[in-house]
Amino acid sequence: MTTTTAPPAPTPAPTRERAQSLKRSLLILVAIAAVAACAPFVLPESRQSIAIRVLIFAMMAIGWNLMSGYGGMFSFGHAAYFGIGAYTDTYLLVTFGWSPWLALVVGAALAALVAAGIGYVAFRYKLRSAYFALGTFAIAEMLRLLATNTKWVNGTTGYHVPLLPESSWTMLQFGANAAEYFYIGLAMVVVCMVVTLLYLRSRSGIYTVAIRDNEDAADALGISVMRVRLTTMALSAAITAAAGMFYAQYYTFVDPDTAFGSAQSVQAIAPAVIGGVATPWGPLVGALILGPLADLTVTWLRTPPAFLDFLTGRSGLDVVLYAILLIVIALVLPKGIVGSIQEWWKRR
Amino acid sequence: MSTSNPSGNVLEVRGVSKSFNGVHALADVDLDVPEGSIVGIIGPNGAGKTTFFNVVAGALRPDSGHVRLFGKDVTGLPPHRIAHAGMARTFQLMRPFGSMTARENVVAAALTRGGSHKDARLAADEVIDATGMAAWADATSDSLHTAALKRLELARVLAIRPRILLLDEVLAGLVPAERAPVVDLLARLREAEGLTLVFVEHIMQAVMKLSDTVVVFDRGRVIASGEPTEVVADPRVVEAYLGQELTGA
Repeated sequence: MTTTTAPPAPTPAPTRERAQSLKRSLLILVAIAAVAACAPFVLPESRQSIAIRVLIFAMMAIGWNLMSGYGGMFSFGHAAYFGIGAYTDTYLLVTFGWSPWLALVVGAALAALVAAGIGYVAFRYKLRSAYFALGTFAIAEMLRLLATNTKWVNGTTGYHVPLLPESSWTMLQFGANAAEYFYIGLAMVVVCMVVTLLYLRSRSGIYTVAIRDNEDAADALGISVMRVRLTTMALSAAITAAAGMFYAQYYTFVDPDTAFGSAQSVQAIAPAVIGGVATPWGPLVGALILGPLADLTVTWLRTPPAFLDFLTGRSGLDVVLYAILLIVIALVLPKGIVGSIQEWWKRR
Repeated sequence: MSTSNPSGNVLEVRGVSKSFNGVHALADVDLDVPEGSIVGIIGPNGAGKTTFFNVVAGALRPDSGHVRLFGKDVTGLPPHRIAHAGMARTFQLMRPFGSMTARENVVAAALTRGGSHKDARLAADEVIDATGMAAWADATSDSLHTAALKRLELARVLAIRPRILLLDEVLAGLVPAERAPVVDLLARLREAEGLTLVFVEHIMQAVMKLSDTVVVFDRGRVIASGEPTEVVADPRVVEAYLGQELTGA
């Protein structure tokens, strides 16, 4: 038997202050919210829709990032949860006159339940990586077809939120471009961020990352992989459902395509990937970039600048732009904007 | 099914077999591990040692046979249930939680004991000191070398405070000077806490020093077991190793 002469213990990597303390993250969040709160004073009223888009993107991506970034379970079907949120809201409001806030509770719970069900079946039958992503995509498409073909949710027509004569906080309805929409959306984003930050520091959140990093090791150490995964998926779905409810209230209209279409799934993924997957602030940064971009494409399609007049009356430009942006980000900043900054900060 | 444990064995394996595509990785394996004992498992590569660990720890379901832990049948239970029943295992190929620091790895493990986050942090500090990891505990585990990862692997299982520990080659990859403290630590844990230990190891010096019983695997079977000195002198064992010198270090 030979004596191995392995190299001595590794040169210790520099000790550094790693995980930011919760307090610091919350302070950063307060600062971001404070700056964002000034937006209505700076933006012309006609541009408010951009800010709303940013908020909706942010909520969707915060949800997606939790499950697919921190949890490593790549979802290509977050439209399912977004749509459940939007449809539960409009269905309960139109049919029974429920307040959207109550409908939000039901919608989030329903989305969480559906996510846990999907997760249970997927992991029970060991659906991994690409197959898991395809499975989530298939479920979202299934829900879209189901909504399209179900009479009691109005089939292809979907729902219009009946317009009220006056503003109402209970019914979450205000005049067009009212600043209230922005502040409510901003508050929802802040709540989603706080929930995420707290969750990541909880037992279940720590286990979520452990399972992503090494499932077998986590299992061997006594972590119930299935339970933790389903919890994370449920929370992720609930957050994305909240985005769906807010969407429905702001645009006062949902149909199967706007709620369950694959474009919504992409819009949950793109901000997180551009901003930085599995970074706390990535979804916010990504949303800040994609929101204005999405609005720009809509404007261009409606009234294209002279050199782009072949675009008149076409659609899908936004998706083309997301795709280009995703490719560029993947090539130049594979860890996303926040991820790359973090990397640089560490190496400095 | 009785949950009492009249035999005094922490672990009882009876008639366990496991095949992969018709190849017998384990064939009718029996093993008794008395409480507080240290059992060393040796055998040539491919003898079934790691498969044995995988079956005992719940990562693989045996084709036949039973595994009893503290007198309770745990055959086919998932790994996390077995871990909660008091048995932990390390992996031969290290499996760190790569995005976390070494310390965070250990804290994550300590949390599974169910105490508060503060308890887990304190328990992790204790284990980190005991395993001599303090100097690099705050480095991301992805950046660590083999020797450090081996120690992290050990620290992580110690943090869940198992009553029986299955160690798969935790000494391999360590230089002799690094082995001694680990061997001492294991001996101390047995003395102080009555930890039962089953370990697969190629470093014979450690096997001879630590083991009460040595079990030899060859082609999926237990071909010998007994006192360390007896076993290495056994002609069947010598043959299994094709005449390799076993007593040296």
